[in-house]
Amino acid sequence: MRRLLTPTPVSLLDHHLELDQQVALRPEPFGALAYHYGNRKLIFLKHPDVVRVVQALADHDTLADTLRACDIDPARWPSFERALASLTESEMLHERHEVAPR
Amino acid sequence: MSATKSHLVEQLKTGLDAPICLTWELTYACNLECVHCLSSSGRRDPRELTTDEAKAVLDELHDLQVFYINIGGGEPMIRRDFFELLEYSISRGIGVKFSTNGAFIDADKARRLAAMDYLDIQISLDGTDAVTNDAVRGEGSYDTAIRAMNHLRDAGFGEFKISVVVTRHNVDQLDEFKALADSFGAQLRVTRLRPSGRGADSWHDLHPTNAQQRQIYEWLLAHGDNVLTGDSFFHLNALGEEPLPGLNMCGAGRVVCLIDPIGDVYACPFVIHDEFKAGSVRDAGGFAHVWKHSELFAELREPQSAGACASCGSYDACQGGCMAAKFFVGIPLDGPDPECVGGHGEAAMLAASAIDRPRPMMDHSKPVRVATPERVPVTIGRR
Repeated sequence: MRRLLTPTPVSLLDHHLELDQQVALRPEPFGALAYHYGNRKLIFLKHPDVVRVVQALADHDTLADTLRACDIDPARWPSFERALASLTESEMLHERHEVAPR
Repeated sequence: MSATKSHLVEQLKTGLDAPICLTWELTYACNLECVHCLSSSGRRDPRELTTDEAKAVLDELHDLQVFYINIGGGEPMIRRDFFELLEYSISRGIGVKFSTNGAFIDADKARRLAAMDYLDIQISLDGTDAVTNDAVRGEGSYDTAIRAMNHLRDAGFGEFKISVVVTRHNVDQLDEFKALADSFGAQLRVTRLRPSGRGADSWHDLHPTNAQQRQIYEWLLAHGDNVLTGDSFFHLNALGEEPLPGLNMCGAGRVVCLIDPIGDVYACPFVIHDEFKAGSVRDAGGFAHVWKHSELFAELREPQSAGACASCGSYDACQGGCMAAKFFVGIPLDGPDPECVGGHGEAAMLAASAIDRPRPMMDHSKPVRVATPERVPVTIGRR
């Protein structure tokens, strides 16, 4: 069942996200495949930078911090926000409850 | 199709480091003899992969990070090591979806299956009543399938799948199939009939008519992501502006392949024929070598010629259709799909009728017993 994304409060940039433990990433020439063993969803990460960001999420407090740490040009942040919102919608990413130590 | 999606499709066409969707027919043995069986199954092949060989393939798939495999047959549950291989695969992080006719799912097996993680089950059913189903799948097969579904439900398996091959005779039952799936808390999967295996002989009588193709297209559009299709109906995209959900490309040798029961690797489950055989898992280098280095797969990953379809405005939508469907009706691979919704298939089939159509290979159909006038039973092979 396709679920509507719950309205993003303010911005995903302030969220503390992490890759779900049931998700495996497989590197591919275009980026990576992400597979969720729980809900059987297969998602294409269509850019190597998106893969880098997703893999780095756990090491940083918020998405904005991660993007900064990965040297992503702020002009590209909206497209990363959209890509990660869709990964959140498919439960590949979820909100982290405890915040990573700074 | 959005720009991002078509960009992705272009990249997928050049192939992946490992398949996304790998089908593994575990055995050619089957208790049924469906008239459209894509693998002409019936009898076990004595060269079948051993348990150890099968486990070695699973080890390789683990190393390649293949997330899940589709197991089929034949009837895979006939193999004595079926549960052993299932458990081994799952323990190596390779989820399994297996297709079965349900004959070997009793209450005990259903409970055992329900206790496993990362497992999907697909029960094949080709009619919502016994008459429609059994005409294709054999007498008693409807009751067998329903009994298996009851066992799975009673065991609390959760959302299994009901898998339907759409034919001329069951296309009017799509709503009923959906209702049946809903009543079991199951998910419906509908796929396209191909003239593969024994389907080479039954396809002409079973495949949907032109009017029915539109019916399928509209039904699929109305049901969207709630019904699985294995992306098999992309040839119908030429019927309208709105593409069906899915990637809408032929994945053969690019993101898809088949391992057959004796370890031969084919471009897709519907082309069990030497022309589409890429190698064997028994060759040096195993499956990975075949996937990465076979000449056939390299060719399939090259840009494909639109051939006879190049001047047709619908080519971008339908991609020229299904390679397997063309091959077994004798149409060149750069010709139109036999079920081309623009009506180019009939002429192409007529043109092809002058030549010998390629016959499916690896026929494991059970021998047909025929009584001679002297009433001496003899056994002949079925073509």
